[in-house]
Amino acid sequence: MKVLVPVKRVVDYNIKPRVAADGSGVETQGVKMSMNPFDEIALEEALRLREKGQADEVVAVTIGPQVAQDVLRTAMAMGADRAILIQTDAEVEPRAVSSLLKAVVEKEQPGLVSMGKQAIDDDMNATGQMLAARLGWPQGTFASRVEIADGRVEVAREVDGGTETVSLSLPAVITADLRLNEPRYASLPNIMKARKKPLETIEAGSLGVDLTPHLKIVSVAEPPERKAGIIVETVEELVQKLKTEAKVI
Amino acid sequence: MTALVLIEVENGRVRQASRSAIAAASHFGDVDVLLLGEAPAEAASRLSGIRRALHAPSLKHALAEQAAALLAGLAGSYSHILSAASSTGKNILPRLAGLLDVQPISDVVAIKDESTFVRPIYAGNALATVQSSDSVKIMTIRSSSFDPVSEDGNEAAIETLETPADDGKSRFVKLEQSQSDRPELEVARVVISGGKGLKDASNFHTLLEPVADRLGAAIGASRAAVDSGFAPNEMQVGQTGKVVAPELYIATGLSGAIQHLAGMKDSRVIVAINIDPEAPIFKVADYGMVGDLFEILPALAKAL
Amino acid sequence: MTQPQSDNTAIEREEMAFDVVIVGGGPAGLTAAIRLKQKNPDLSVCLLEKGSEVGAHIVSGAVLEPTTLAELFPDWKERGAPLDTPVSSEKLLFLTEKAALPVPALHLLMPQMDNRGNYVISLGAFCRWLGEQAEALGVEIYPGFAGADLFIEDGRVCGVITGDMGVNRKGEEKPDYMPGMILRASQTILAEGARGSLSKKAMNTFDLRKGADPQTFGLGIKEVWEIPAEKHRPGFVQHSFGWPLDTHTYGGAFLYHFGKNLVSYGFITALDYRNPWLSPFEEMQRTKQHPAFREHFEGGRRIIYGARAISEGGVQSLPHPVFPGGVLTGDCAGFLNMPKIKGIHTSMKSGIIAAEAVMEAIQTEQAEASSYMERLKSSWLWKELHAARNIRPAFSHWGMLGGALYSGIDSMIFRGQAPWTLRHRHADNETLIPAEKAPRISYPKADGKLTFNRAESVFLSNLSHDEDQPVHLKVQDMATWKNTNLARFAAPESRYCPAGVYETSETDELVINAQNCVHCKSCDIKDPDQNINWCTPEGSSGPNYPSGM
Ligand SMILES: Cc1cc2nc3c(=O)[nH]c(=O)nc-3n(C[C@H](O)[C@H](O)[C@H](O)COP(=O)(O)OP(=O)(O)OC[C@H]3O[C@@H](n4cnc5c(N)ncnc54)[C@H](O)[C@@H]3O)c2cc1C
Ligand SMILES: Cc1cc2nc3c(=O)[nH]c(=O)nc-3n(C[C@H](O)[C@H](O)[C@H](O)COP(=O)(O)OP(=O)(O)OC[C@H]3O[C@@H](n4cnc5c(N)ncnc54)[C@H](O)[C@@H]3O)c2cc1C
Ligand code: SF4
Repeated sequence: MKVLVPVKRVVDYNIKPRVAADGSGVETQGVKMSMNPFDEIALEEALRLREKGQADEVVAVTIGPQVAQDVLRTAMAMGADRAILIQTDAEVEPRAVSSLLKAVVEKEQPGLVSMGKQAIDDDMNATGQMLAARLGWPQGTFASRVEIADGRVEVAREVDGGTETVSLSLPAVITADLRLNEPRYASLPNIMKARKKPLETIEAGSLGVDLTPHLKIVSVAEPPERKAGIIVETVEELVQKLKTEAKVI
Repeated sequence: MTALVLIEVENGRVRQASRSAIAAASHFGDVDVLLLGEAPAEAASRLSGIRRALHAPSLKHALAEQAAALLAGLAGSYSHILSAASSTGKNILPRLAGLLDVQPISDVVAIKDESTFVRPIYAGNALATVQSSDSVKIMTIRSSSFDPVSEDGNEAAIETLETPADDGKSRFVKLEQSQSDRPELEVARVVISGGKGLKDASNFHTLLEPVADRLGAAIGASRAAVDSGFAPNEMQVGQTGKVVAPELYIATGLSGAIQHLAGMKDSRVIVAINIDPEAPIFKVADYGMVGDLFEILPALAKAL
Repeated sequence: MTQPQSDNTAIEREEMAFDVVIVGGGPAGLTAAIRLKQKNPDLSVCLLEKGSEVGAHIVSGAVLEPTTLAELFPDWKERGAPLDTPVSSEKLLFLTEKAALPVPALHLLMPQMDNRGNYVISLGAFCRWLGEQAEALGVEIYPGFAGADLFIEDGRVCGVITGDMGVNRKGEEKPDYMPGMILRASQTILAEGARGSLSKKAMNTFDLRKGADPQTFGLGIKEVWEIPAEKHRPGFVQHSFGWPLDTHTYGGAFLYHFGKNLVSYGFITALDYRNPWLSPFEEMQRTKQHPAFREHFEGGRRIIYGARAISEGGVQSLPHPVFPGGVLTGDCAGFLNMPKIKGIHTSMKSGIIAAEAVMEAIQTEQAEASSYMERLKSSWLWKELHAARNIRPAFSHWGMLGGALYSGIDSMIFRGQAPWTLRHRHADNETLIPAEKAPRISYPKADGKLTFNRAESVFLSNLSHDEDQPVHLKVQDMATWKNTNLARFAAPESRYCPAGVYETSETDELVINAQNCVHCKSCDIKDPDQNINWCTPEGSSGPNYPSGM
């Protein structure tokens, strides 16, 4: 079985995002970018399936500009066998991304798509579900455990009330939550070797998908700042302040 | 304009988060609600301000595949389809959007007009105002941003729906719920959270619970605490856990990483207890106490 | 498998061989890499950078003198080099607490400070651009991997060993443990910037500092501000000396307007300062309150914070830059022109020369790139550094005013050709006077708008550092710390460290918050008994400065 792992290049999670002074968006120029952490987890899961013998090929795909190649190189350094760049300089929203991915799925015919549950830039949490819908495949979102047996995949999902387990026929889409696994590093020898792994580039325009956003960003602003408060010395003082000043207890 | 809200019922009552979503939906004219599963529809029909309660009793486990298909059949009559930004809503509505080729809008915190909304991005470090050109707007609602409608103030008509056939691709296996008499995290008036600083699971219980009991508080956790097995995943607060905005949030032994702040910085009053005076959590705290939680928490339980 | 040096024995390591391995992706290392490939595209060149990407650890002013860039890429404009802001006007101010006296006829009195024809740049952005040029030429750049040790065989450096990953705080292997790798090289170019850790090892191993004056350093602490467009004066350059430093301390502030409404502000304090109560961080904060600086920040917001040491010693302090199997380039050797406060064009030049010398050594199969020194001496770089050599030491000898006076005389009368050379007498770790004899300094409290405390500052360095790794600031002996640092100097590291890494606990123990370290290297330099050793942490640890820095 082939596993397709879509990955996204996002502002590194260590970077404190800064809203551009003109309110047009968040500064991404000259800021460290890396693979969306949830996608690393999704990729790790795919690699583990391959190591267990349940998958035979792991293919990473990303949609973005030429530079987005670097996350594909990272994916291959972590262990993906090959990679596909769907190249476009346009800002693409999950709607367009899921359409493009559908085209890739139709070409690659994977048995499983393993992806992150959300990207930490737009925090949209939608692409996996939308892709599953477009393909008519079942979905296992917010996965914290994935097990494949008898042509089905069992997925434990982190839900509001606890953990829900579903069983899905294959092919299926799963979206990874934080606790699914701990992704491996890309080691230096593997990064070196990954330079030689195949990376295919496909023009997004050639896939016949309408990339025009349906959701326009009107403006981006910083949230109102919280003022730092005071330091109290004793528990008594704290309780007293909460009672008389803040009036919350 | 008419809106449809997918609602969730728990222990016979409509979840507060769903009632907040209805409040948001009322900006768009008449509101119908859709209830999935076997829970009696009466709870839904009593919700204040709604026009109709639609009920699909056969969709027992609210599996996204069937729920989205059902919603897609209803979508033609609505201008807006909403749900709480809950794990159920986030599972189903984007799938619906995929079926309709619509760009969904997650975690809406404010409504500017019928097609313009505000939502947090970058773990709440920025607020984006977005405008949708889709003919049906599909969105999930941050419950902390909208006052819930009342549970009792109506007798709306109930309509039972036929549901599409199940193709068996997705099957429910089980739900493991942690039992607790505490209030739900998202709706509790007071939340006390613990982080890595609690050191192990038994401290998590013995130190946090007495304080929570006295305050009637829900208990939350940082990701590091959940990862280390101190607390179950549903207690995680943050960018990728639950978003809460209680009257009082007490953060103990957690550093205040931006991903954690994303889930609690809209709380009205924040108290931080941390041994490290430079921990970032103090930057958002109204009251900070620098010291060892192993001494402070027992003293706090006693003083309350 | 090979048996590497020191504690690295007996570990199975993967190996890879290159013609040249370069340690450090600053201007020196990137320029050397580019030059190698320009001259001989067949050479395999590998460059390691400990930051998560090229530029992530770069801190500079920076006013760039574009001379070397034009040697490297005559067509730099067409290639889109990020030199967007030509210097438009310039001021050098002598500050008193309330007033600012401009030094008149600057280009005559202090020709080094004449910046006409130069550009205000972000060195971080410039290095990212150099990195792209290098990669396009086929240089293999590996960011996120530090050169952790020299790989020495038979008395010759044969490459470097990268850092181990996945070791916990106690030094035990975690499940994801990955030993570092041996990168073999015919020639290794060290380009680590001021106080490089492998450079230090090379200098000690091969006794390269013999006959040289001690190196002397400054600590540069910097902020980038974004200010309202109507107040932005692109290309405006201002330097200051005098207040708030005491007359024994060399240093001052810089302020440059550049880019899109950005202001680069920083303060350099020479690390041969004497008063252990001095805090370079607080000096930099309070200078912003001076009327000559304050107005520039009004209505703006601070967006980046960082710090880095700078080599100030000049030619007197240069080590012998060649050792068996490699060379030293840039600031890790000390090719910086201090009166100009410029080290970019000089480190780039040393990179070019090193590349050419190294290529010759490879061709002739020699262990030592012995032509490096001659090539250096016959270059403009040497002349420039030679002419500048007396200015910085004059300040240590005669204090701030005497130094300023001397520098005027040296430039106007001798034009740098004075028949004597002033020496650097002390290393920076030897200059502190006991705390009880030194006047305490009371610094104003941060206001949270113009001035800030260290914790909220370091937040703007975008640090990443997995805490569960060995502490990379190795204190060799805690008793020494207690007897010297604490008892005599009242724990000076708690003040000079710009990131608040060092604290003294209530029980008088040294607390090291290693995860805050911004890799400035000051503790390695200033620690009185040289008891603190800065080692490379896990790759990608440390600051993530965005472009603009
Ligand atoms: C993509 C992504 C998503 C994430 N999502 C989330 C999320 O949703 N929620 C979340 O919480 N995190 C999330 N994180 C993780 C986050 O970055 C932090 O790692 C995490 O929040 C740290 O948890 P902590 O504060 O408990 O642990 P630490 O950062 O280790 O802090 C422990 C704190 O305890 C204090 N302490 C220790 N001992 C004592 C004592 N005796 N008394 C008092 N104080 C003490 C310490 O001073 C320290 O400040 C996410 C990370 C990523 C990359
Ligand atoms: C505050 C300040 C202001 C300045 N202003 C100016 C100015 O206006 N004009 C000017 O011309 N010069 C200025 N300089 C000086 C100039 O920045 C330096 O001279 C120049 O950057 C030196 O270049 P370099 O390549 O030798 O070292 P660096 O720029 O320090 O680069 C060294 C690189 O090597 C990496 N590295 C170090 N050790 C290792 C290792 N072991 N393994 C892997 N990677 C490693 C570092 O992370 C870094 O990226 C200023 C310096 C400072 C600090
Ligand atoms: S610990 Fe040392 S190297 Fe790190 S920031 Fe502090 S002084 Fe600089």
